[in-house]
Amino acid sequence: MRLELGKIFINDVQFGNTTKVENGVLFINKDEMIQEIGGDEHIKSIEIELAHPGEEVRITPVKDVIEPRVKVEGPGGIFPGILSKVDTVGTGRTHALKNVAVVTAGKIVGFQEGIIDMTGPGADYTPFSKLHNVVVIADPIDGLKQYDHEAAVRMIGFKAAAYLGKIAKDIQPDEVKVYETEPLLESVKKYPDLPKIGYVYMLQTQGLLHDTYVYGVDAKKIVPTLLYPTEIMDGAIISGNCVSACDKNPTYIHLNNGIIEDLYEKHGKEINFVGVIITNENVYLADKERSSNWTAKLCKYLGLDGVIVSQEGFGNPDTDLIMNCKKIENEGIKTVIVTDEYAGRDGASQSLADADVKADAVVTNGNANETIVLPPMKRLIGTTKYVDVIAGGFDGSLRPDGSIEVEIQAITGATNETGYVTLSAKGF
Amino acid sequence: MSKKRVVHYINQFFAGIGGEEKADIKPEIREGVVGPGMALNAAMKEEAEIVATVICGDSYFNENVEEAKAAIIEMIKGYNPDLFIAGPAFNAGRYGVACGTIGKAVADELQIPVLSGMYIENPGADMFKKSIYIVQTGDSAATMRKAVPDMSALALKMLRGEEIGSPEADKYISRGIRRNYFAQDRGSKRAVDMLLKKLKGEEFVTEYPMPDFDRVEPNPAVKDLTKSKIALVTSGGIVPKNNPDRIESSSASKYGEYDISGFNDLTEADHETAHGGYDPVYANIDPDRVLPVDVLRDLEKEGAIGELYKYFYTTVGNGTSVANSKAFAADFAKKLKADGVDAVILTST
Repeated sequence: MRLELGKIFINDVQFGNTTKVENGVLFINKDEMIQEIGGDEHIKSIEIELAHPGEEVRITPVKDVIEPRVKVEGPGGIFPGILSKVDTVGTGRTHALKNVAVVTAGKIVGFQEGIIDMTGPGADYTPFSKLHNVVVIADPIDGLKQYDHEAAVRMIGFKAAAYLGKIAKDIQPDEVKVYETEPLLESVKKYPDLPKIGYVYMLQTQGLLHDTYVYGVDAKKIVPTLLYPTEIMDGAIISGNCVSACDKNPTYIHLNNGIIEDLYEKHGKEINFVGVIITNENVYLADKERSSNWTAKLCKYLGLDGVIVSQEGFGNPDTDLIMNCKKIENEGIKTVIVTDEYAGRDGASQSLADADVKADAVVTNGNANETIVLPPMKRLIGTTKYVDVIAGGFDGSLRPDGSIEVEIQAITGATNETGYVTLSAKGF
Repeated sequence: MSKKRVVHYINQFFAGIGGEEKADIKPEIREGVVGPGMALNAAMKEEAEIVATVICGDSYFNENVEEAKAAIIEMIKGYNPDLFIAGPAFNAGRYGVACGTIGKAVADELQIPVLSGMYIENPGADMFKKSIYIVQTGDSAATMRKAVPDMSALALKMLRGEEIGSPEADKYISRGIRRNYFAQDRGSKRAVDMLLKKLKGEEFVTEYPMPDFDRVEPNPAVKDLTKSKIALVTSGGIVPKNNPDRIESSSASKYGEYDISGFNDLTEADHETAHGGYDPVYANIDPDRVLPVDVLRDLEKEGAIGELYKYFYTTVGNGTSVANSKAFAADFAKKLKADGVDAVILTST
């Protein structure tokens, strides 16, 4: 499977009369965009605001972050099984608007939406402070149940990203990157001397506001299976969850997964990156056993020499992570696991809820319990009403002067477990 | 500038009193340096000096821990030290445990910085590395020449109030305190690099060494439930409506104690969950799903259990540190015991 990813670099976003890109500036016709993404009976009102890197702006509660993309050539459309038909995507050509994201915000759904500060100390912790954010604030009708609320906001985010993405279709990209993964036997023939590497991509599926979808299927209901990495770049996997902001994978992260990117960097040179095994993180023990058995089975079946396993969320999924690691290592396949830590605010507690001696190669993306003081910002998009009760907040988190003391858990993407960020932790 | 004051602790062997046959000597304190203190003093030069040395037999200390601790703390107090150094103990097990024990006691009671030195496999190192800074030394006194500059360098840093660096930089045994930093490369690249090294059989450093896991053995079964007082304890966050004590939705810093003597059934009207790690809808509609008061009341009526304890203890398990969880349980377990509770049903989510 071969995908050309055309990148169109955007250096500013402004409202305008027509939605278009001109000289690297994205103009948005706000009314047209609201018209296009609105109409959900569960949503009372939609507003759109812009937030730029370096601006004194705080966005909260943030639900999802999505990069605008469009399919230019090849089968299917972006977000298959969700917005487009369920054609198998990942071949041909896709265009992406870089340095831009749709951010969904508005009245909180669960406890676990996050904060994005566009400047100040908090901005260092979120990868999304570096983007021009088109923030969609969708407020639900009164009395709406959380599931319907989550689903409605989720869909509005994808529609917004698709609306912006479609203008990229006829633009000449600034850069085209080619990603190619051959069928297994062909790639082994092509690179007989390179170690065969896979990526075990754990998807958050604890259920009820903690869901991820693959081609429209609730990933709770899948057994581990194989994907070409390029399918994921076309939106085969999307976020539908409200897990702690720091270590959930927003859709933006699925589209731009760092492990896939960095494995491709070495592909054909030092390794043969043969594909992605997706698996879930269900709460029942039988599901955990079955899924980890199957990931190990598939790794062995593919003849892999090494795998990287990434986690999403924490606590309960720590057991899935360790089961995957242990069982894959038991097949004689070398693993590196990518996670984050909950070592307490003082950093003195055990970091994971499970452990095993086989997990001897761990990459950590930081201790989510560490606290930070976020200074007041000039402009607020959304509301800070929920700051005391979101995961990572506590009674008194929001101070009278508008500053916020929270665990970095509350910052969107702060300890992302696909290693999208540079934050890490070490023992002192 | 006046020199900072240091009190040093050594055992009978390093004081030149004798070996195993003298290990039962009681603690004493002498003015100035004795034994290895001389080299430490020289290394700290003009900035600090050892004003007194405590000497205690290893056997005496370990067999009379409380008396020895109390006596030594009294002795040290009079010298008003700015820093306390114990050892180095190298691989001497009982000496290491004594250094760690007295070091922790001094740190706790006198609130001054404390430093020791041990070989990594000294049992005292594992027992006390979390409580005090322990410089990593060789396994015998033959490595004293290396231990002295490492220990005095860290001692001076502590005396100057400078920030202590990483274990590698400041040569101490990692205390297991996790602290964040921004790495050079993003995590995904570090993962790929680590995997390549692991595949090639090259040396790599894991970023999180797996801890020894604290597994709890279950207690023996309750002999006669019909006569037992049963308590309900949960990490599922069930609290009276509106969460009166504001238990956090994640990373709880407290637990709650609430009276259920007036309840046969928990409902949406009177209870809810504060937990932020699971979908709260079903727990809020019927809190008995997490804290089964209704079923326990039935069992009580049927005589299947003696009685349901009048309070329940509750916290939020979501992201809550093991240290906090242990502290909560240690606290309310005392109350449960004092009130004659025979067994506890722990519910999670």
